[in-house]
Amino acid sequence: MSTRQATSAIATHTRHHSATFERQEALAGWLMAAPAIVLILLFLLIPFVLAFLLAFTNQRLISPNPTEWVGARNFESLLTVRTLTLEPLRDDAGQATLDEDGNVAYPRLREYTRNNPDYPELDGMQEWFSVYSGESRTFVLASDVVFMKALVNTILFVIVIVPGQGGLALILALLINQKLRGINVFRTIYFMPVVVSMVVVALLWRFIYDGRNGLLNTLLGFVTLGSFQPVDWLGDPATAMPSLMAMSIWQGVGFHMVIWLAGLQNIPASLYEAASVEGASRWQQFRFVTWPGLRNTMVFVLVVITMQAFSLFTQVHVMTRGGPLDATQSVMYQAVQRGYDKQDISGGSTISVVFFMLVLLVSMVQRYLTRERD
Amino acid sequence: MIAQPVKTRGAQWYEVGQYALLVLLAFVFVFPIVFMVVSSLKPDLQLLRDTGSLNAFLPIGDISLNNYAAAFDRAPIPLFIFNSVFVTTTTVLLGLVVNSLAAFSFAFLRWRGKKLVLSVIIASFIIPFDAIAVPLLLLVNRLPWIGADGLVTGWLNSYHVQIIPFLVSSFQIFLFYQFFRDLPFELIEAARIDGASAFQTYIRVIMPVSGPVLATAAILRFLDMWNQYMWPLMVTQSEQYRPVMVGLQYFFQLDIAWGEIMAYLSLITIPVLILYLSLQRAFITSIASTGIKG
Repeated sequence: MSTRQATSAIATHTRHHSATFERQEALAGWLMAAPAIVLILLFLLIPFVLAFLLAFTNQRLISPNPTEWVGARNFESLLTVRTLTLEPLRDDAGQATLDEDGNVAYPRLREYTRNNPDYPELDGMQEWFSVYSGESRTFVLASDVVFMKALVNTILFVIVIVPGQGGLALILALLINQKLRGINVFRTIYFMPVVVSMVVVALLWRFIYDGRNGLLNTLLGFVTLGSFQPVDWLGDPATAMPSLMAMSIWQGVGFHMVIWLAGLQNIPASLYEAASVEGASRWQQFRFVTWPGLRNTMVFVLVVITMQAFSLFTQVHVMTRGGPLDATQSVMYQAVQRGYDKQDISGGSTISVVFFMLVLLVSMVQRYLTRERD
Repeated sequence: MIAQPVKTRGAQWYEVGQYALLVLLAFVFVFPIVFMVVSSLKPDLQLLRDTGSLNAFLPIGDISLNNYAAAFDRAPIPLFIFNSVFVTTTTVLLGLVVNSLAAFSFAFLRWRGKKLVLSVIIASFIIPFDAIAVPLLLLVNRLPWIGADGLVTGWLNSYHVQIIPFLVSSFQIFLFYQFFRDLPFELIEAARIDGASAFQTYIRVIMPVSGPVLATAAILRFLDMWNQYMWPLMVTQSEQYRPVMVGLQYFFQLDIAWGEIMAYLSLITIPVLILYLSLQRAFITSIASTGIKG
C-alpha cells in the first residue's frame, strides 16, 4: 500500500487537492446563494403556499378565536353565480301587469333570495344584471356582486391596456427610431412619465378629469370652440374606467417604447438593405422584416403589460376608490380592501388565489398563442 | 464643404410634419408635469380658477413659494423623505449584494442541488407580488424581531418590513446570471489558477466588470422602491415610518389645500426627474436591456 501511494504520489495529491477544492467550492456556492434562497423561501414561496391554505380558513389578521378550516366556503361566497328566470306577474286574465313606470312587473327578487325554502341555493345572493327574453326576464345572481364587477373590470382593463399600450408604444418606437436631428430629446420626454410615481400621476389626472373645471374639459372646449359639453370623467360610471385606462396607457407607454426600440435596433440593417433592393414598400418592409424581427420583443412586451395591467390598484385607490357604482372596482383593490381594511386575511387570500389563477391561465394561453411555430 | 444632396420639397414637408407630430406628442407627455410645478406656485383660489383655461400651464398671477412653506408646516416632510431615501437605498444596495452573490454562485460554482434551486427561482417569476401581499401581511405580523426593545413579535410599522421582503428578486438574479454567463470564462479560470477563493473572485474579478448590470439592477429597483404604494400603505399605519407616497395621505385630512399638495408632489417628483434627466442614457439602457433577451 505504501509503495502504491509512493508511485502515484502526485496523482493522489492532485486528486486529494481537487476533492478539497470541490468541497470548498460547494460550500462557497451554498453560502453565497443562501441569503437569496432563505429570503425567497420566507417572503415569496411560504406566503404563496399560505395564500392557498388561508383561503380555506376563516383567518383574520388579529382574532381572539382559533383559526378553523372552512372548506371551499370562501370560494363559494366569492364566485357563485346562478340564474333565475322569472315570468311577469299576471292579472286574472293572464295579461302581464305593468308597474307605475309602465314597465312589465316581475315578482320581487327578494322573495327568492331571502329565506325561501323552495330556493335554498339562492339564499343571500344579489342581482348582478338581468337579460330579457320574450316576456320572461333572466336574472344573473352573484354571491358577491362587487367582486364579480371587479373581476370583469380587471379583465376589461387588461383587454384594453395590452393592445392599447403595446401598440401605441410600438408606434412611438417607430417614430423615434428615425434618423432625425434631436430625436433623443423626444425619446427622453416620452419616457418621462415612467419615472413619475403612479400615485403622483393619478392625483394630477384628477385635475385633468375634473368635471367642472378640469383640464381635459377646458382643452376639449378650446378645440371645439366652446361647443363641447363638460363631462365628469371620473364621476360618471360610463367614463370612469376608460379614463383610468387612458391615464394608465399614458403613464406606462414610454417604458414599452424603449423596449420596442431596443428590439428595432437589434434587427440587422442588412435585412432592410436586402428588402429595398427587392423593391419592398414601406409596409412590406414592416410586415416582412420589422415585425418578424420583433417577435421576441413582442412576447416580452405582451407578458409584462399583462402582468402590470392585472395588478390595477394604485389608480383606483387614489382616484375613485372603486366608484362610481363599482365601475372601477378591481381584483387587487378588493384583495386589499378585505385583507387589509377589513383585516379579513382569509377573504383577501381567497382573492389572491383567484388572482394568481387568472394570471397563470392568461399567461399560459399567451405562451401557447405565441409559441414558436416551425 | 461638399454640397449636401438637395432634399425634394415633398421630403422637406414630410420632415416638418414629423417634427410637428413629435412636438405635439411631447406636449401630451409633459403637460401634467408642467401643470404640477406651475400650480405649486399659485394660491389655491387661483390654482382652481386657472384649470379652466390655458393659464393652468403658465406661471402667472400671484406666484410664490408659500405653498412649499405651508406644506412643510403641515406635514413632517423631511421625515417622509428620509424614510423613502433610507428604505430605497438600503434595499437597492443590500439587494444588489444578495442577488449578485446568488447569481455568481449559480453561474460559476458547482454544488449539489444548484439546478433545482435555479429552476425554482426562475419558476417563481410567475408569482406576482400582488398575489402574495395579503398572506405576507399576516406572516410579517407574526414574525419575531430583535430591536431596541428586545424580542418583539410583528414587523408592522418599521423600516425592516419595507426592506427585507424586497431584497431578493428572482428577476434580478436572472439578470445577473445572464450577464455573468456571457463573461469570458478565462476571467474565472485565471483567478482560480491564482488560487483565489470564490469570494475573492467575486469581489476582485467579477464585480469590477459588472458596472452595466449593477446599474441596470439598481435603477430598476430604485424606481420600484421609490414609487411603492400598496405595501407601505398596509404596513405603516404610524407616520413615523411612512414613505413619501403614503405620506401624501396627510394632505387629505381636514381641509384639502391643493396648492400644498402640488408643492408636495413637486418635492417628491422633481428630484427623481432630475436624476432621470442627468442619467437618462443609463435609465433607458437599463429598461432596454431587460427586454432584449426576454
